[in-house]
Amino acid sequence: MDLTPQHDLRAWRATALLLFVVGLCACRGDKSPPAGDSRPPAAATTAAAVAEAPGDSAIKAQPPAVSNAAEAKKYAGSKLKYYSEPVGVGAELDRVMIKQFQQDTGVEVTIIPRPKDATETYAVYQRLFQAQSGDVDVLMLDVIWPGAFAQNLVDLNEKLGEAAKQHIESIVRNNTVDGKLVAMPWFTDFGLLYHRTDLLEKYGYKKPPETWDELEQMAKKIQDGERASNPNFLGFVWQGKAYEGLTCNALEWIASHGGGAIIDDGKITVNNPGAQKALARAKGWVGSISSAGVTSYEEEDARNTFQGGNAAFMRNWPYAYAAGNAEKSPIKGKFGAGPLPHEPGQKSAGTVGGWQLAVSKFSPNKDAAIELVRYMTSPEAQKFRATAGSFIPTIPSVQQDPEVVKSLPFLANAKDITLVPRPSNSTGARYNEASIAFFQGVSQVLQGKEPKEVLGQVEQRITRALR
Amino acid sequence: MSTPENPEATSAAPRAASASFEKRRQRRAWLFLLPTLVVVAFVALYPLAETFYLSFTNARLGTGEPARFVGVQNYVDLAQDSYFHDAVLLTVFFTVVTVLSELTLGLGVALVVNSQFKGRSAVRAAMLIPWAIPTVISAQMWKWMYNDVYGVFNDLLVNRLGVLERNIAFVADPDVSFWAVAVIDIWKTTPFMALLLLAGLQLIPSDLYEAARVDGATALQQFTRITLPLLKPSMLVALIFRTLDALRVFDVFFVMFGNRPDMQTMATYAQQTLVSISNIGYGSAISVALFLIIAVFIMIYLAVFRTEEA
Amino acid sequence: MKGSSRDSGGRRSPGQGALRALFYLLVAAVVGFTVFPFVWAFVSSIKPDDELFTTPVRYWPGRATLDNYRLVLENGEFQTALMNSVIVAVSVTAVSLAIGSLAAYALGRFRFRGRSAVLYIVLAMTIFPQIAVLGALFEMINFFNLYNQLPALILTYLIFTLPFTVWVLTGFLKAIPREIEEAAYVDGATPWQVFTRIMLPLSVPGMATTGILAFIAAWNEFLFALSFTQTPDKRTVTYAIQAFSTTTSGLYEIPWGQTMAASIVVTVPLVVLTLVFQRRILAGLTAGAVKG
Repeated sequence: MDLTPQHDLRAWRATALLLFVVGLCACRGDKSPPAGDSRPPAAATTAAAVAEAPGDSAIKAQPPAVSNAAEAKKYAGSKLKYYSEPVGVGAELDRVMIKQFQQDTGVEVTIIPRPKDATETYAVYQRLFQAQSGDVDVLMLDVIWPGAFAQNLVDLNEKLGEAAKQHIESIVRNNTVDGKLVAMPWFTDFGLLYHRTDLLEKYGYKKPPETWDELEQMAKKIQDGERASNPNFLGFVWQGKAYEGLTCNALEWIASHGGGAIIDDGKITVNNPGAQKALARAKGWVGSISSAGVTSYEEEDARNTFQGGNAAFMRNWPYAYAAGNAEKSPIKGKFGAGPLPHEPGQKSAGTVGGWQLAVSKFSPNKDAAIELVRYMTSPEAQKFRATAGSFIPTIPSVQQDPEVVKSLPFLANAKDITLVPRPSNSTGARYNEASIAFFQGVSQVLQGKEPKEVLGQVEQRITRALR
Repeated sequence: MSTPENPEATSAAPRAASASFEKRRQRRAWLFLLPTLVVVAFVALYPLAETFYLSFTNARLGTGEPARFVGVQNYVDLAQDSYFHDAVLLTVFFTVVTVLSELTLGLGVALVVNSQFKGRSAVRAAMLIPWAIPTVISAQMWKWMYNDVYGVFNDLLVNRLGVLERNIAFVADPDVSFWAVAVIDIWKTTPFMALLLLAGLQLIPSDLYEAARVDGATALQQFTRITLPLLKPSMLVALIFRTLDALRVFDVFFVMFGNRPDMQTMATYAQQTLVSISNIGYGSAISVALFLIIAVFIMIYLAVFRTEEA
Repeated sequence: MKGSSRDSGGRRSPGQGALRALFYLLVAAVVGFTVFPFVWAFVSSIKPDDELFTTPVRYWPGRATLDNYRLVLENGEFQTALMNSVIVAVSVTAVSLAIGSLAAYALGRFRFRGRSAVLYIVLAMTIFPQIAVLGALFEMINFFNLYNQLPALILTYLIFTLPFTVWVLTGFLKAIPREIEEAAYVDGATPWQVFTRIMLPLSVPGMATTGILAFIAAWNEFLFALSFTQTPDKRTVTYAIQAFSTTTSGLYEIPWGQTMAASIVVTVPLVVLTLVFQRRILAGLTAGAVKG
């Protein structure tokens, strides 16, 4: 659906008005949009405020041309199935880039959104591979999965080995299993704390919180103040649903409390005082600075709340940065992102995320699939994804590109963050089982159980999973 | 349990000639049964046996390791697995709560609908609808009504009636979520239960009531002395079917709660273990346990049934 | 039907009038409780997004729109899912009736050793938890290369449709008078001819009943669909709607309007089927339950 300039102007005016109102913290407006406009203006009480109508591209920039088009054209007419980003800006980027690829090469690509929940995505892949299914050609792999799926993936060394040398070496090493390059690095990720600069200023804070105690105090004060005008306002939003995202969140809490990384040096260390303290703290947020509903939040729920102007702080991945600064975002230019808080004497932690692209061994069109991967992971594509969606490139030279530096300002102070990997090295193909044990335990704490007792059970369950 | 018995009670054919004829007929019968038997063996008996076998192994998908026989290890683990214990307790509690509510409410509704009134058949038809549509879909409808911000229930309770101060997160809040899902099940199944009981009610001869009225029995006495005792067989059958359904509940919990640990039933725990974790051995052990628990319930009911009949 | 002539007839006193009003109130409550979720789903499905995601909730759309229906029906994946559901449900029903009626003929009209054993096995299958065979069925489906194929569902759905079909049809065929069959045998008909020319035509009402029940059961199934299919072109509606709310591209929020529209679309055929065949369905259910 195309917006006419008039609509655009009207939406802009409504947004500007709203930002003004938000700024004055008197934003309980329920302004009906003009008839015929399917998008409501950003009223603080409507979640649809940040929703785009389906098919309405949030991406204005043009994706780069396919530089390997000459090679890829050889496979024109072949059909690929690509397990893509399911939601949000990533899904949008996938759509425009795939469109470009089809245009330039004549290869037909069907986009299949992977399940939003990484735990389910993992299970889906496992079933597809177990069945030796040809129904997937190119797939997104979480940074922790190459080991688990290596035996089902094509060795990309021959065709993409040269291109891989441009990428960050540690990620390439992560994706190399028994000498085979089973996946190409696509983007890397770590957890960040987003804060509303305007609200910090309004309540007299000079900089974002450094310790968890500070975060709690600031969130409480801002929440109390904002609720006068916006009863649904929240101090701090994060990912509390029982899924892989909770593993990532909780790992950050625990590591920044000096509680280790679930499994350290091959030993299950999850049940320790630091971890207990971290979880007890998180439990305290539910129903105070975070709503009880946070225990059903995924990334997009948190971003939706924060971007709608209904939260002071948010834990999320870098992609939320570009989305929050999108043209019609109510919080455009009103927020910053940086390291997550930590306990005094500890360091900020960020769980390492990031996704790779791989080709299934059972794909009937491996060559065409490899060309798609080549395009999607190319320097031009990574630059495009960084500037349009704030996905962190895996190619150092692209990271240093001035435009990219401008788009990802939080990379500058990333050196203060301890990057914590999830324990996939120790779990191998049983990662999912260990992670489910962990996030379900954390979830139980958030629902009110005692951290110490629960962590004991988690330890027991992980032990059993790895036996 | 009256099975269709003895279709050919006494054969009229002369005994001598019937021997080979009977044999031929027997073979024919098995021939007619063959397709069904093949399917049953294929999709039920063999898989069930395989599940029993797998529950004694450490089979996993996607690890490349061959399955090993591990004896009763999985069952020993089950005995210590607090998540499994929670799932069993939750499932049994859910079964007791929903089946009892459905039985009492269903009986009430059946008595109401059994009376003569205008539009009775329309009401009965409407009652079939919740049962007929997919649980996955009705769960979505309810999830939307339960929505913590835009849901109609919160609006009713907070804005219209003023019963509550703040919105409730029906699905997320651990204190409420069990009841939220129980209500969905009760909504879906009470009308169905009522229709089953209605069929039973209509089998009760009306002259019994007339005789009772002549003897001066009150409505309550008629209910407790005539309706309830005569309805017992229907109630027991309905109970058995509903209990078995409730014990294997999957769809509604899966849609509402996903992997949330405090809201796992035996079936969702087994499915998660089998599918998300691909731990076929352990998952099979959970399945077998569920199977055995269902068997225990059936035996209890059958025992009750038998003493009733005796 | 005559069970409660207590309430009807006789003269009406004012007290009875009030009782009558109370009674209708009760009936209204039952119906209201039963249909409210559908009404609400429908109301939500014709609201534009800005009226859907707003507080306080609007009980009737200010500007009713069919946009959600348009989006859902234009959605290729949803069309495919509807088609898949039809294919699977129809095939399962057909296969169940075909082989189930054969078995019912043998069980209802023949006497042979092992007959009651077979009947009990069939009965046992109806109380079978599907989850108990999930892992093993998954292995088997892989073995036959049926993963992510509709036949995988058609085959496995028989586990719950076939026993029911056999059980109800057996009772039905048993009730047919012996004389009809014997007359045919006297005329020299083979058992097969008896089956096709006499038993089948006579059991059409029973087949209709069990067919509808099998169709509804197959249409509503979720667990196997979730476990044995994967890509959008192979999903049935239950799976598609579940996936809908987690992947469809209302970019940032679950597209509740569309989800409700899709739910209504999937529900309407069932509601029609139920209303048209309510007597048959009730007869089938009570036969299954009372005899079971």
